[in-house]
Amino acid sequence: MLSGLTFRQREAILGWVMASPWLLGFLAFTLGPMIASLILSLYDWDLISPALLVGWGNYREFFVDDPLSLHSLRITLFYSLMAIPLHLVLGVILAMLLNANIRGQSVIRTVYYLPAVLAGVAVAMLWRWIFSPDFGLLNLFLSYFNIEGPNWLGNRTWVLPSFVIMSLWGVGGGMVIYLAGLQGIPTDLYEAVEIDGATAFRRIWHITLPMLSPVIFFQLIMGVISSMQIFTQAFIMTDGGPANASLFYMLYLYRQAFEYRNMGYASVLAWILFLCILALTLLLFRTASAWVYYEAETQRT
Amino acid sequence: MNTADSMAVAPPSSTSLGKRRTQLIHRIVAYGVLGTGSVFILAPLVWMLSTSLKTRSQVFRFPPEWIPEQFLWQNYVEALTLLPFEIFLLNTVIITGLSVAGELISSAVVAYAFARLRWAARNTLFIVVLATMMLPRQVTLIPTFILFTRVFGWKDTFYPLIVPSFFAVPFFVFLLRQFYMTLPFELDDAATIDGCSKFGVFLRILLPLSKPALAAVAIFSFQFHWNDFFYPLIYLFDKDKFTLALGLRFFQGNYGTDWHYLMAASLVVMLPVILVFFFAQRIFIQGIVYQGFK
Repeated sequence: MLSGLTFRQREAILGWVMASPWLLGFLAFTLGPMIASLILSLYDWDLISPALLVGWGNYREFFVDDPLSLHSLRITLFYSLMAIPLHLVLGVILAMLLNANIRGQSVIRTVYYLPAVLAGVAVAMLWRWIFSPDFGLLNLFLSYFNIEGPNWLGNRTWVLPSFVIMSLWGVGGGMVIYLAGLQGIPTDLYEAVEIDGATAFRRIWHITLPMLSPVIFFQLIMGVISSMQIFTQAFIMTDGGPANASLFYMLYLYRQAFEYRNMGYASVLAWILFLCILALTLLLFRTASAWVYYEAETQRT
Repeated sequence: MNTADSMAVAPPSSTSLGKRRTQLIHRIVAYGVLGTGSVFILAPLVWMLSTSLKTRSQVFRFPPEWIPEQFLWQNYVEALTLLPFEIFLLNTVIITGLSVAGELISSAVVAYAFARLRWAARNTLFIVVLATMMLPRQVTLIPTFILFTRVFGWKDTFYPLIVPSFFAVPFFVFLLRQFYMTLPFELDDAATIDGCSKFGVFLRILLPLSKPALAAVAIFSFQFHWNDFFYPLIYLFDKDKFTLALGLRFFQGNYGTDWHYLMAASLVVMLPVILVFFFAQRIFIQGIVYQGFK
């Protein structure tokens, strides 16, 4: 059947065929559903009674009538604002320390990286136990310093910092990436400034951080995307409590969609989450030219 | 001796001495900080193990103790018989195994089309692949849920968790395509001259050479599906269909949180990931590095 075709035509056909799993999946599970969810956002539908067209009603509900929607968005943003910079600073510092010519580098790297590969319910359960006010590890540790720790997950002030502490257990994930970035910096750059007699601080400020900035930039974007979508921890550890103080956005979306069956309103929540992530990512890209250093770019000019 | 003299005489030795001293300081600080950090990293896991071996009364003793009075390995047996562990394990293995296979095969195939074959819309569509990498899955969540449960009638089956895996994962396509690009085109040409078809080049040349990247993809995929909680939560309802992640929740409700049992079961659930991590650490870190340097 293919014998009448040229070599190039056969290659093109094979290209389409081999790309087709992704292409079909994209149409059926991404593009189609995205359009469907836009349409769905204009309806009230509980999956049982017929869908009811409400137009902008769901959007109005989000911004005006529903006190929890913006509340959960604020909580999620607040958490991200605490967690992302801490991960960045700690990850870079640890990577710099580890990048010194020290023995046991790979053992330390393994230890730090291990929690980053663990995730999900088992980890959430572990941390629920660690945060237990009377019998937990964290307050036991604080008692060594004569500090009486709070009821972490049961306290409105401490519940979000608890989630940040828990996430910092996985700081090794970022550290490993920064370490690889540091190891990719050519040593002759350091030798050059050493002749100029630069201090350690100047060396870090003028060489290490600029050379590492593309990696930092990438990690910031991934950090925004993942921290805006936190679900399992909140669902298992607090279920949004106390008094909705840890009602993360995805948890609220889950409730609207799969507990209250408000499919239209949940679609609005999903789209607004998407737009928030998009806006934050674009904002980061906008600032990138001011601080992200790409070697290839400067070489071109 | 005045300073100007000494500097004039021996600048190399003085700088190397200073260099050695800062290196020494750096090393001491590094060991101090990283060592303390390691304690914080490992303490939760040790605590977990310790709790899992305690008696119920010791778990709730104040102040808490590090060392179990006696090492109750029996807790593990009891924890796992409290729930239909074999069923949960089997379900998790089926879902994870098929998903990993599906993602690996489909992503490897699709990546080849983007790396090596010349077809009309390739470059445009590759930008779409990159864009979807960033797309949070929540935007498509509700319509796909309705599609799977209402249109396909897949409620309470494994299909919604497995079938999408066979349609390639954008991130894996990207990762594998980048890896294929590092392999020299001369290999393809040589094989073609020997009478190998384009598909044959993929099967016999590129795939065998891509084992490190394929291993990284397999491990990421395994890690995701093994730990996944959200998708089983929305699609599975019957207890016989539950995965381990869903099953762990039983310790919370029905038994008023028996922490020694819960920690034992959680540790068992974590164990495969920990084992894979230790045996394939190099691949893991290599893969995470590909991820960091797109």
